[in-house]
Amino acid sequence: MIRRRKLAIWLLVLGALHAIVICAGFFAPYDPVEQDRKNPYMPPMRLHLLDTQKHLHLRPFVYVFQLRPGSFDQYVEDPTQPRPLHFFVAGAPYRLSGFLPARLHLFGAGNDRIYLLGTDAFGRDQLSRLLFGGQVSLLAGLLGAGFTLLIGWCIGAVAGYFGGWRDDVLMRLAELFLALPWLYLLFAIRAFLPLSVNPLHAFFLIVAVIAAVGWARPARLVRGIVLSAKERDFVRAARGFGASNFYLLRRHILPETFSVLLTQAAILIPHYVLAEMTLSFLGLGVPEPVPSWGNLLSNLQQYSVLVSYWWMYLPALAMVPFFLGYLGLASALQERADPYKIERRSLGSLA
Amino acid sequence: MMRYLLRRLAHALLLILGVSVLAFLFAALAPGNYFDEMRLNPQIAPETLTALRVQYELDRPLPLRYASWVNSVLHGQMGFSFAYNSPVAPLLLVRAKNTLLLTVTATLLAWAIALPLGVWSAERLGLLPDRVISWGTATLLVIPDLALALGLLVLAVRTHRFPTGGMVSLDSQSLSAAGKIRDLAAHMALPVAALVLSSLPLLVRHVRAAVAEVLQAPFLLAAEGHGIPRLTLLFRYALLAAANPLLSLFGFSIGALLSGSLLIEVVMSWPGLGPFLLEAILARDIYVVIGGVLFSTIFLAAGNFLADMFLYWLDPRIRAESAPR
Repeated sequence: MIRRRKLAIWLLVLGALHAIVICAGFFAPYDPVEQDRKNPYMPPMRLHLLDTQKHLHLRPFVYVFQLRPGSFDQYVEDPTQPRPLHFFVAGAPYRLSGFLPARLHLFGAGNDRIYLLGTDAFGRDQLSRLLFGGQVSLLAGLLGAGFTLLIGWCIGAVAGYFGGWRDDVLMRLAELFLALPWLYLLFAIRAFLPLSVNPLHAFFLIVAVIAAVGWARPARLVRGIVLSAKERDFVRAARGFGASNFYLLRRHILPETFSVLLTQAAILIPHYVLAEMTLSFLGLGVPEPVPSWGNLLSNLQQYSVLVSYWWMYLPALAMVPFFLGYLGLASALQERADPYKIERRSLGSLA
Repeated sequence: MMRYLLRRLAHALLLILGVSVLAFLFAALAPGNYFDEMRLNPQIAPETLTALRVQYELDRPLPLRYASWVNSVLHGQMGFSFAYNSPVAPLLLVRAKNTLLLTVTATLLAWAIALPLGVWSAERLGLLPDRVISWGTATLLVIPDLALALGLLVLAVRTHRFPTGGMVSLDSQSLSAAGKIRDLAAHMALPVAALVLSSLPLLVRHVRAAVAEVLQAPFLLAAEGHGIPRLTLLFRYALLAAANPLLSLFGFSIGALLSGSLLIEVVMSWPGLGPFLLEAILARDIYVVIGGVLFSTIFLAAGNFLADMFLYWLDPRIRAESAPR
C-alpha cells in the first residue's frame, strides 16, 4: 500500500513539473526570443509586498529598474515607480505546447516589462527562456530515451531469443558500447555528424546521437529476461502446440520485459536530458536563438558573465527537481517490480 | 597467474581494437571532411583540394586507410592532425598527461573518502550517521555534473579563493619548486572537487551496500566473538570480503571520472583532452577525435586491468578459480 502511494506521489510530482514546462507559454510572461536591447543583463526583479512606507499590499509588485548613471549594466531599483503584478493577462501570442494558439499569460505588468529571473545579453527574459528551454531539453531526453529503449529492446530480444552467433555478435558490440566512457562516445558520434545545421535538424541529430549511445544496458537487461522467459514451461508448451516465434515473443516473452523497460526509462531520461544539456552547453547541440537548458548555460563560459551576472547560473538549478522526481520514480518502480528485494534495496543500490 | 594475467590482457587489447574499428567506421560514415570548408574558398583550386585529399589518403578505401592508421599507431603517431599539421600522438600525449593528473587524483581522493564513509554508514545501518550520509549522497546525486561544476566556479569567482582556470599561474616560471606544486594544487582544487563530489554518491552507496551485506556473514560474528577490535574487523576483514564488487566498481568509476573530466575540463579550462577534443570536433579533425577516444579506452582498459590484478592478489577465491587444474 505504502509502495503504491510512493509511486503515485512521485508520478504526481513529475506530472506537475512537466505540466509547467509543457505549458511554458502560459507560465512565461514573454516570447523566449523577444529582445529588449535597452535592458541587457538586468538582474532578477524582487517581488515586494511591503512598500517604502511599510504599507502592506496584497498584490505583489516590483520596482522599475533604472540604469545607474554612467554605467551600462548596473541597475538600481527606483522606489518611486512600483509596478503591480497582474494575473491572467493577455500578452504576447504563443502556441500552447506547440499547437493551440493563445495569448493568456499567468502574470504580466501592463506595458512595463518584468524580469523575475533577470535578462541576458540581448535583454531576453531568462524566465521565459528557462521555461521554453525546458521543452527542448526534456523532449530531447524523452525522445532519446524512447529510441534507446526501442533499439535496446529489439536487440536484446533478438540476442536472447535466437541466441547463437546473433547473441555473440550483438553482446560483444554491447560490451564495447558499455566499456567506453559515455561522454567520449557521445563526442565521437557527434564528431562525425554535420556541425552547422538549423535548430530543428540539430534537435533531431542530438536525439539520434543520444539514442545511439545508451542502447547497450537495456539490451543486456532485456536479453537476460528473454533468456530465462523462453525456458519457462508454459512457453515451451506453447511452442509444442506450434506457436510461431513471433507469437511467442509477442504473447509470452516480451510482456515480461515491460517493468524493466519502465524502470530503465526512469533512470535514462534524466541522464539524457543532462546529455542534451552537455552537448548544447559545449555548442554541439541546439543552437541559439532557440533556448535549451544547455545553451542557456553556455553564456557562463565567458568569464565576464561568470563574474558579474550570477543570475545566469540559475538555469543550472532547473534540472534538480526533475532529477529528484525521476530518481524517486526509479526507486519506487524498482521496489514495485521486485518487492522481495526490498530488504537488499534498502541497503542502497543505484538509486 | 600467468594465464589469468594473459587472459585479462587479451581482453583489454580486444577492447581497444574493437573501439578503434568502431571509431573508424563512424568516421567513414561521416559526411564531409576537413577540406570541405576549403571548397567554398574561391582562391583554392579544385586541383589543390584533390591533391590534398590524395596526400592525406582520404581517397583510398576504408580498409586500406584503417591499415595505414594502425601502422601509424604502431609507429607512435596515431594518424595525422590536419589542423595542427603534425602527428596526433605527441599532441594528445601532452593533454592526456594533464587529464590523467586530474582523473587519478580525483579517483584516489574519491575512494579515500568513499571507503570510510561507506563502511561507517554500513556499520551504523539505519542509525543517525547512516541517515545523514544517505541524505548527503542523495542530495549530491540530484545535482547534475554541469550545475555542480558551474556552481563551484561561480562560488570561486565570488569568493576569490581559488584560481578559476588553467593549470598554472602566469608567474609560475619564477616560483620555487615548492611554490610550483602549491600553485598547481590551487589550480587543481576546483576541478578535482567537482569530479570528486559528482562521483562520490555512487561510490559511497555501493561501498555501503557491499559492506552491509558482508557484515551479516557468520564469519564476522565469529571474529567478533574472538574479540577482534571493531576497526580491524571492519577494514581488515569486512572490506576485504566485499572487495570483489567494489573493484569492478573501481573500473567503472574510472570510466565515469574520465567522462566527467571531459566536461569539467572544458568548464574550468583545464588544458586536458576535453577542450582539445572539442576543438577537434569543431574543426572536423577526425584523427584527433579517434585518437582521443582511443586514449580514453586505453586509460579505461589499463584501470580495469589494474583492478583485476589487484583483485587477483587480494581475493583467494579468484586465484583458486583460475589455477590450472
